Amino acid sequence: MRKRYLIDRGSRGVLLVCATVSVAVLLAIAVFIFKESLSAFGEIGLLDFLLGTKWDPNPVGDASPSYGILVMIVGTVLVTMGALIIAIPLGLGCAVLLADVAPHRFRQLLRPAVELLVGIPSVVYGLVGLVLIVPLIRQIGGPGLSLAAGIIVLAAMIMPTIVSISEDSIKAVPRAYREGALALGATRWQAIWRVVLPAARSGIAASIVLGMGRAVGEAMAMVMVVGMAKAMPNSPLDPARPMAPSIALETNYASGTHLSALFAIGVVLFLFIVILNSVAIVVFKRGARA
Amino acid sequence: MKVNSTRKWASLIPLVLLLAGLLLAACGKQVSGTVTVAGSTTVQPLAELLADEFTGQNPDVEVTVSGGGTSVGITSVSNGTVDIGAASRELKSDEPALVEHLLARDGIAVVVAPGNPVTGLSKVQVRDIFGGVIGNWKDVGGPDHAINVVVRESGSGTRTAFEEMVMAKPEPAVALASTALEQNSNGGVKQVVGGDSYAIGFISFGYIDGTVKALSIDGVAATADSARNGTYPIVRPLYFLTKAEPEGLVKEFIEFCLGEEGQAIVAEEGYISVD
Repeated sequence: MRKRYLIDRGSRGVLLVCATVSVAVLLAIAVFIFKESLSAFGEIGLLDFLLGTKWDPNPVGDASPSYGILVMIVGTVLVTMGALIIAIPLGLGCAVLLADVAPHRFRQLLRPAVELLVGIPSVVYGLVGLVLIVPLIRQIGGPGLSLAAGIIVLAAMIMPTIVSISEDSIKAVPRAYREGALALGATRWQAIWRVVLPAARSGIAASIVLGMGRAVGEAMAMVMVVGMAKAMPNSPLDPARPMAPSIALETNYASGTHLSALFAIGVVLFLFIVILNSVAIVVFKRGARA
Repeated sequence: MKVNSTRKWASLIPLVLLLAGLLLAACGKQVSGTVTVAGSTTVQPLAELLADEFTGQNPDVEVTVSGGGTSVGITSVSNGTVDIGAASRELKSDEPALVEHLLARDGIAVVVAPGNPVTGLSKVQVRDIFGGVIGNWKDVGGPDHAINVVVRESGSGTRTAFEEMVMAKPEPAVALASTALEQNSNGGVKQVVGGDSYAIGFISFGYIDGTVKALSIDGVAATADSARNGTYPIVRPLYFLTKAEPEGLVKEFIEFCLGEEGQAIVAEEGYISVD
């Protein structure tokens, strides 16, 4: 008896350590990037940093450096929104098909394919985008490396996430809901659109927020396809410069205020993600109560 | 039994002597230990080849070469993290004082896709194109199409050198166009330019191959010869940097690189050897 008791207590301790470590890592990262960014915020000023449209850390000649990230914030918002506009309808459609409509055989084939897509490294998405999508967009106009290319690649990257999590939550809707709707004379489409999807909405919202998080933080694939020009994009065919790839692009050579400014971009990105996750938690809770 | 074993040992004596002799001889010529190099990504491929050759001749030596960029090279050698820093530009006045060893010179080529009809530009035209003043190929004798400018990212040694030699001369300095695409390696610029008939970019001579076409500048072709004799206008130094006068193994390695064998590799790789 005593031994079992000890093991029980011991395992509780081990689990506690595991939990503490993950929280400590998060804290350490937060403290570190905030600390590193302090000198940049002090030197540049919060408003000039957030609302400045010129980013030139190492200007040619005697000009003084400028660190404005408005173009990057706009870039992040545009690629993320664009990717969501494409990925949500496609992903939801695919999820409904997998959960409700498709015959068993087809589902057995498609499901592992979608799951495999979730695991493909982002650099591969970037490479495919660079070789396949960028030349196509170049035919339409502009330099090819563009907002549009970034949006398409990101949409392809986050769609599998949306599909697999939405599908799980659609499947979790009790059979009785569906059968009840059908018994009341609803068509199959009405049952899905009016009954099943609303019942699964908290899971669907979670999948969208997760996808959004991935889109906001994606750096590698974006560096490869989005062009990274410093000017504000005027059309989807223009290049853009989102935040995460801007950090990836310049860290190699950065030092002093430049490096600190990159950490400051990291802080803005961190806050973006925190806000997104908070929204997700609120959505989750509301869904659970309903 | 005892006799036997003594004999056995005795028979080993010549072998031991031979080995000791070899070892002594080896100590006379060969060296052992580790040398670390870090810095400019332009110097990196060259430094790797030099390291391979050096370690091939001295199997007990290990030379590790990493990139990171010129600024990383300068900071890591001045704080002692590495033995040798690699730089692809002149040191700035606010950077720590280091001992410079001129390893090679490197031309920066202005490149376009092989299918582009333009074969040469003046230095002023290059400056106007990269500064965003000239925006259409038809203004420099090409087709009527917008020019897609590709540059390196802020802080890159190649970008800094290009800015100093092309954008800032003659005064006043012109900033690189903010609409320019940015790539964070010579290879990235080469890939984008090679795939886009209307793009223009700049890369180190060492990276030129069949996928891009190097333009002549002011009528001078971008070749190692024109860079060596001083007629090609965009040439920069590549340095190995040490904290103090090098000693021991580090000295051996640097002397090897600057010596005849090392410089032969420099020339073979498309860089410009120094005498």
